[in-house]
Amino acid sequence: MNAAPHLHSNVLRSLLRDRTAAVSAAVLCALLLAALGAPLFAPFDPWDQTQFDIMDAEIPPLGGGADARFVLGTDGMGRDMLSAMLYGAGISIVIGVFATLLQAAIGVVVGLAAGYFGGRLDSFLMRIADIQLSFTTLMVAIVILAVFQASVGLRFYEEYALVAIVLVIGIAEWPQYARTVRACALAEKKKEYVDAARVIGLPPFTILRRHILPNTFSPLLVISTVQVANAIITEASLAFLGLGMPVTKPSLGSLIRNGFEFIFSGAWWITAFPALLLVALILSINLLGDWLRDLLNPRLYRR
Amino acid sequence: MFAFLLRRLGQAVVVMLVISLLSFSIQDELGDPLRELVGQSVSEETREELREEMGLNDPFLAQYMRFLRGALRGDLGVSYFFKRPALDVILDKLPATIDLVLAATFWILLFSVPVGVFAAVNPRHWFSNLAMGLSAVGISVPVFLTAIFLIYLFSVELGWLPSYGRGETTEIFGWETGLLTRDGLRHLLLPSISLASVILPLFVRMIRSEMMEALEAEYVRFARAKGLREGRVRMVHAFKNTLLPVITVGGVQIGIMVAYTILTETVFQWPGMGFMFLEAINRADTPLIVAYLIVVGLIFVIVNTVVDIVYGLVNPAVKLTGKPA
Repeated sequence: MNAAPHLHSNVLRSLLRDRTAAVSAAVLCALLLAALGAPLFAPFDPWDQTQFDIMDAEIPPLGGGADARFVLGTDGMGRDMLSAMLYGAGISIVIGVFATLLQAAIGVVVGLAAGYFGGRLDSFLMRIADIQLSFTTLMVAIVILAVFQASVGLRFYEEYALVAIVLVIGIAEWPQYARTVRACALAEKKKEYVDAARVIGLPPFTILRRHILPNTFSPLLVISTVQVANAIITEASLAFLGLGMPVTKPSLGSLIRNGFEFIFSGAWWITAFPALLLVALILSINLLGDWLRDLLNPRLYRR
Repeated sequence: MFAFLLRRLGQAVVVMLVISLLSFSIQDELGDPLRELVGQSVSEETREELREEMGLNDPFLAQYMRFLRGALRGDLGVSYFFKRPALDVILDKLPATIDLVLAATFWILLFSVPVGVFAAVNPRHWFSNLAMGLSAVGISVPVFLTAIFLIYLFSVELGWLPSYGRGETTEIFGWETGLLTRDGLRHLLLPSISLASVILPLFVRMIRSEMMEALEAEYVRFARAKGLREGRVRMVHAFKNTLLPVITVGGVQIGIMVAYTILTETVFQWPGMGFMFLEAINRADTPLIVAYLIVVGLIFVIVNTVVDIVYGLVNPAVKLTGKPA
């Protein structure tokens, strides 16, 4: 648990030495840049319905001898796949990052309180975490979003889907952080520097914020990568079931759902390109996470 | 021991109460049950009378208690769409889902233990690297994508396997299963592989890392020093101890697998509970949604409780007393 001290030194060297990690980092950076800069790079605006024409529907990608305007082809509405994918990746990343930030915010507060103060508060909070964990996030999200969609109507839902999805995934997964932070806080509070801080009369809040919290960072970093990847997968799964981002502002998952209708008629590119992008995104995050875990946990598997 | 059991069961009951309360409160959010039953044509007075008669004007808690009493007798309401008791509808769909989960569990058990143990014992072997690489990819590909890919390859392109439905089923002891006919198994192949593809990589990784940790432990070194054969040290000393965490996480994963059946069943139009649940959501069939949540919640709770109890029995470090640790 206590591997933080050498975090900033050697990180870059270690990254470059590990070929898988280096490639993942490069891929991830390229994807982030392309997705977040989508309004600059994308040839069309996929959120603007007036920009696409049904006459352009289902044009195969270049190489299939088709329209030069659409490098990766078009979908069933005549929307440029490349633009839709860039914007979609942006939405998926935003959802992943913000949902994870929310989980971390709730989890860190709960975990620090439980670990540091202990006693009844601890068992109460951890019991709630257990119960929350026993409901699978996907299931909770399906139910809540379905109820939300049914009770506010589709138009309103399309407007607020992004916020709703971030809230649901963020709230459903906080115990992951709470447990990790609690375990760290338990270990740290027994150490002498915390005793010293207490002896000089620092209030608990200051001790938690200035002394204990920084020592939980390295495990937090490791679970954060996994959590971002999982949040993106969850959103994609929800979108595939029709409960994620709407088709008017599609995430990668919504694009895949949209393409699945065409897969039996041979228009494979509407599904395949967003699917490849989604897998590349998640895989690069996960591989970086694996590398980070091995880096921060040198105790394991290094013979 | 007895106190431990009681405490664990008490906890299970509390969780079930929370689930039932949450599921029940959904009912208020999703449409008006009266309109579903009598339609639009009935006058406002008759409507009000009916509301009163059905107890829809009672306070929330009174309605909930009535729902709870019904639920304990196995009465979870009547599905709007099927016009049959919701529990009966679910029990009709349950065998299809259980077939799927059983087949996926079969794949997981068949591959995870040998691959995980091999990768732990020979970490530098090319096969271990391949297995770990594949498991990283497996974790990163969402279930529905695996399912779509399998359909595209084996049904659309190659035409080897059916892409939807259960095929031929047989009935034994009132259990309608597709596990006993060739056609049923052919239909089961793709859905079960895609369901297993989510959990299998997690299991391989977990068994590998637990096994590696066990192989570093003092007792393993001591067993080697005693001159025991390497095979015996690995299997009896190290592997036995990797099973403990595998049991706990494995139990939780079974619960997660039930949730993933919603995705798998939707892609393959598999006539199980998960597909039914999604249809019920699209039709706003509230009683069926509520009943599904309660049944699945019950499955979760039973699995988790059994896992905890088994873990407590197997692991000598867990104190089986009533006192919180």
